[in-house]
Amino acid sequence: MSSAAIETVFGSLDNYTKGSVEIISGQASHYAFSNIFEVADKSLPYEKVVVGFNLGYVVESIRAEGQSPWYTAAHDEFAIVMDGEVRVDFLKLDAPLKAGEGTHLAGEIPAGTPMGYVLLKRGHQCLLPVGTAYRFEASRPGVILQQTIKGPLSVEKWADICFK
Amino acid sequence: MAMLETAADTAHLADDEVQASAPHAVTGYCSFKLGAFELSRDEYFARITWPAKGQTRSHLIPVDAFLRAMMRDVAWGFFYGWVNFDQVIGTRNYYGKVDLYAGTFNGTLKAAGVNYTENFETPLIMATFKAILRDWTNATFDPFAAPEETGSAFGRKNGNNIEAIERSRIATKRMPGLKDDSPLRDDLPVNRQFIDVPQDEPEVHAAEGFEGELHAFNLFKYLSRSDVTWNPSVTSVCKASLFCPTTEEFILPVFHGNDRIEWFLQMSDEIIWDVGDKDDGNPRARITMRAGDICAMPADIRHQGYSTKRSMLMVWENATPNLPQRYESGELKPYPIEF
Repeated sequence: MSSAAIETVFGSLDNYTKGSVEIISGQASHYAFSNIFEVADKSLPYEKVVVGFNLGYVVESIRAEGQSPWYTAAHDEFAIVMDGEVRVDFLKLDAPLKAGEGTHLAGEIPAGTPMGYVLLKRGHQCLLPVGTAYRFEASRPGVILQQTIKGPLSVEKWADICFK
Repeated sequence: MAMLETAADTAHLADDEVQASAPHAVTGYCSFKLGAFELSRDEYFARITWPAKGQTRSHLIPVDAFLRAMMRDVAWGFFYGWVNFDQVIGTRNYYGKVDLYAGTFNGTLKAAGVNYTENFETPLIMATFKAILRDWTNATFDPFAAPEETGSAFGRKNGNNIEAIERSRIATKRMPGLKDDSPLRDDLPVNRQFIDVPQDEPEVHAAEGFEGELHAFNLFKYLSRSDVTWNPSVTSVCKASLFCPTTEEFILPVFHGNDRIEWFLQMSDEIIWDVGDKDDGNPRARITMRAGDICAMPADIRHQGYSTKRSMLMVWENATPNLPQRYESGELKPYPIEF
C-alpha cells in the first residue's frame, strides 16, 4: 500500500481549480456554476457578490481586504472564512435594526457598546447575531462566505461568474 | 438530517403494525410486507416484489447498496422529495405520508405499465423500514460508513449493529456549540482521511459583560470529525435558509430528486455528480465540483455524487414548507436564475 500522506485539498485566492459542467441535454446556465475564489479574486474589497440564490435567501462570496464598513441586519447572519485570516469586531447596537432583510450599512460610527472581537482562520464559522453591528478586517486578502438574505448591498452578476 | 427540527419529527412509530415473517430457515432473515409490496433479503440481494398487469413483478438490489440507501431514507425522515434507491425503487415524501414506488420514475418501466406506487402513513413506513434495517444489518456492517471503513453486508444473518443504525440525528436551532443547541464534536475522533485538517478553534475575545454572546467554531474541524458519510446536518439557520454540510466518501447511496432547488458548495477535494431527469431518469449532465465551486441542483433533476477521497460538501436548503406545490404548479421555474 502507498504510504503517501492524506492531503485534503482546500481552495484559496491563489490556488483553486474550477470544475466543469458536461451537458448531455439542457443548459449549463441552469446550474449557475461558479467558484467562490475566482469570484472573490475578481471583486472589490467587501463587495457582496451573490453566488447562491434561493427565493430571496443568498450565499455571498466576499473578498476580505483591509477594513470593511460596519454592517447590521434585522436577523442572524453567518460568516465562514474560506481563505486568509479575518478579525470581526462587534457592537451591541443602542438602536438595532428591527425590520427588513439582508445586510445593511450601520453607519460610520454606530451608536453601541463594544462586545469584543473574534479571530477567524480558514474553515472557521462565526455567528453575526441579530441586534449587533459587525466589521471585518483582514491584513491580507481572504475570502468570506456569508449566509444571509438578499439585501441592498448584494451584487448579482451571474453572467460574469457562471458557466453558460 | 437537513430540516428544521420541527419539520421532521415523527410523532409515533407504528411498530405494532409492522408485518414481519418468522426468520427464514436458511438465511435467518425476516421478510416484510408493506401494502402490496414484499421485501426480503438473502445472502447477496434485497428483493422487492409488487403487483402489476396481473403478475408479480420483482427487482433485486445488492444488499449493501440497499441498506446504505435505506439508512439515509430513515435517518433523513424521507428527506425532501424523491429518494431513489436505484433506477427502479424509491420513496417520495409528502411530509406526513410517503409513497413507495417501483418503476414509476423509470421511463421504460412506466411506459410498459409495470410500475406500481402505494401511499403510506409516515409512521407505518418508517416503522417498517426501521424494522428492516434492524433485521438485515449484521454485526459486521455499518450502512452509514464508506466501504473502506466497514465490513461486509453479505451472507446469512450474523448478529446486528443497532448502535450504527440508531445514531441520533443532529437538530440545530441556530448554530452548534451555542448554549441549548447541538453540541460540537470534540468527543469524536478525526476521520482517517481528514487527519491533516487543522484542529485549532477561533479566538473569541468577548468584552466584559458579553461573555457567551459572541460565537464561533472551527467548521472544518467539526466536519473532519463526522462519523458518517452523506448525511447533511444543519450548522447554521438564517430563517428558512439552512447550511447542512456533510462529509462524503464513495457514492451517495441514493439518487436524490428534490421537490425544490438546492445548492451545493464544495468545501474540499472533489465530487462528481451524475444528473438525470427527475421523472424518467435520462442522463442530463455530469458535474465536477472542486474546492470553492458552487452550483444549483434544479428542481426537475435527480442527482447522485461520487467522492473518491472523503470530502467536505455544503448542502444549502430552503426549508420553506409550501415550495413543492409552487414548483409543481409552474409558479416557480425549476432553475434558480436566468441570465
